[in-house]
Amino acid sequence: MTKIEAVIQTSKLEAVKTALHEIGVEGMTVLEARGHGRQKGHTEFYRGREYTVDLIPKIKLEMVLADDMVERAVDAIVNAARTGQIGDGKIFLSKVDEAIRIRNQERGIAAL
Amino acid sequence: MFADKRRINVLLTLLFLCIAAYPAISQTSSSLTSITSAGQTERITRLEQAVTEAKSSADNSWMLVSSALVLMMTGPGLALFYGGLVRKKNVLATMMQSFALMAVITILWALVGYSLSFGTGNSFIGAFNHIFLRNVGLQPDADYSATIPQQTFMVYQLMFAIITPALITGAFAERMKFSAMVLFMILWSIVVYDPMAHMVWGKGGLLNAALGGRFPTLDFAGGTVVHVTSGVSALVCALYLGKRVGYPREPMPPHSVVLSFIGACLLWVGWFGFNAGSALAASPLATSAFVATHFGAAAAVVGWAGAEWLRNGKPSTLGAVSGAVAGLVAITPAAGFVSPMSALAIGLIAGVVCYLMVAQVKGRVGYDDSLDAFGVHGVGGTIGAILTGVFASRAINPIFKDAHGSATGLSIIDGNAGQLLNQFVGVVIGWLLAVVGTLVILKVVDLTIGLRVPEDHEIQGLDLSQHGEEGYNFEVSA
Repeated sequence: MTKIEAVIQTSKLEAVKTALHEIGVEGMTVLEARGHGRQKGHTEFYRGREYTVDLIPKIKLEMVLADDMVERAVDAIVNAARTGQIGDGKIFLSKVDEAIRIRNQERGIAAL
Repeated sequence: MFADKRRINVLLTLLFLCIAAYPAISQTSSSLTSITSAGQTERITRLEQAVTEAKSSADNSWMLVSSALVLMMTGPGLALFYGGLVRKKNVLATMMQSFALMAVITILWALVGYSLSFGTGNSFIGAFNHIFLRNVGLQPDADYSATIPQQTFMVYQLMFAIITPALITGAFAERMKFSAMVLFMILWSIVVYDPMAHMVWGKGGLLNAALGGRFPTLDFAGGTVVHVTSGVSALVCALYLGKRVGYPREPMPPHSVVLSFIGACLLWVGWFGFNAGSALAASPLATSAFVATHFGAAAAVVGWAGAEWLRNGKPSTLGAVSGAVAGLVAITPAAGFVSPMSALAIGLIAGVVCYLMVAQVKGRVGYDDSLDAFGVHGVGGTIGAILTGVFASRAINPIFKDAHGSATGLSIIDGNAGQLLNQFVGVVIGWLLAVVGTLVILKVVDLTIGLRVPEDHEIQGLDLSQHGEEGYNFEVSA
C-alpha cells in the first residue's frame, strides 16, 4: 500500500478529484494548506504598509492506494493539476505499514 | 275654506318658528360681539403655543434621531472599524473597549459629566449645578437650544462624550489592560473632555463662538473637542505605552477588512447625526451641515485613494474607507459654516494629508499608533479646524454679529483673516490639554494598576487573556 500526498493549486481541486474518481479512486482526504516551494508570494498594502505574503494557499490531497493503482493515480493528478507555471505543486509517495477500516476492522487492501 | 285654514296654519307655524329661532340667532350675534377681544387673544395665544410645539416637535424628533445615529457610530460603527483592523486574537477586546465606554461614560455623564461640561461655571469648566442631572428636565435651556427639551440636548451631547474616548482606543490597541483602560477613560473624560467641551460649547466657555467666548473658535460639531483631543491623546498613549511586541518587524495586517468596511460605512451614515445634528434643530443649517459632511467624505475618499493609487499602483479598499473617515473628521468643525464647494476642498486636502501621515510619516517617526487614531483624528481634526478659519462663511451661518446686529466675517474668504488666529488658539489649547492631561492620567494609572498586559498575555491575545473568549469558533468539531 502506498500513500500519495499531493500539494496542488487551489483552483485545480475539482479537476483532480474528477480525474481520480474516473480511474476508480474511491477514498481521499482533502486539506487546506499554505506553503511555498520556489514560488514567490505577493505583496499586500494595508494603511500604507507593505506586507509580503509568502505562504500561499494550496490544497493537499492524501490517499492510500493499492500499489498497482499508484501510477495511474499519479498520472491522473499530474494531468489534471498541471498548468506549466511555477506553483503547480508536488506529489510525494510513501509506504504504508497497515490500513484498518474502523467500521468492521478489516485490514490491508480490503480496508482501502 | 279648508285651504285658507291650512294656509293660515302654515303661516302661523312659520311665524312661530321665526320667533322661536330669534333668540338663538340673536344669541350668536351677541356672542360674536362679546368674544372679539378676550376670546380672540386667547385663541391666538393657543395657536402660537401649538406652532411652537409643532416646531419643537420637528426639532426634537430630528435631534433624537441624531442622538441615535451618533451612538451607532460608536457601536457598532467604531467597534467594527477598529475590530477589523486588529489581529483575530484581539477582535473582541477591541470591540469591548468601545462598548464598555457606551456604558461607563453614560453613567459618568449622568452623575457629573454633563454638569462639568455644560453647567454654569467659569471659562474653563462647568460646575455642579446639574450634578445627577438636577434641573435637566424637559423644558429647553434657551442658551443651548431653545426648541428642544434639555434632556434631548444632554443625551445628544452624551453620545459625543462616549465616542471621543473610544477613538483613543485605536492608539493602544492589542496591548492595554481592560481595567486600566476603564480607569484611564473615566479620568480622561473628566480631566480632558469635559473642560474642552465646556470651553468650546459651554456657557461662558473661553472658546465659545456662539456665546461670546474670549477666543471664539468656530467648531461646529467637535473638530477640536472630539478629534484633536482624542487624536493627540492617542499619540501620547502610543508613545507612553510603547510598541506592540513584534512591531514593526512582524506583519500585523488587519484580520478582517470586511468588518472595517462595514464599520466605516456606519460611521459615514452616523456622521450625519454628528454634524447635521449639531445644528440642534431640523433647520436649513442642518441641511447645510448634512451636505457639507457628505461632500467632505466623498472628496476625501478620492484624495486618499488617489494618492494611494499613485504611490502603490493600486487603490485599496481599506485606504478608501480610511479616506472617508479622514474627510469626515476634517469637515466636522466646518460642517455648519462652509459651502458645499469648500467642503469638497477640505475633504480633498484631508484625504491626501492624512494618507501621507499614515503611509509616510508614521513609519519614518516609528511610533506604534496601531489604528492611526492620531494620523486620522489628530491630524484630520487639526487640519479641519484650521481650514474652518479659511473657508467659513457668514452666508451659511451668521454666527458673529456686530453691535447693529449685522453678520460679520468668519474666515479668510469671508473678510476676517483674524479668525484664523482664534482657530489656532482653539487647536493649541486642545493639543495642550490633551498632552498634559493624558500624560498625568497615564502616569497615575500606571503607578496604581499598570497600563500594559504582560508580554505572554499580549502574545496569547487579549480576547483570551482579558475576557476569556474567542471571537470566532469555526472549529470543525460537531
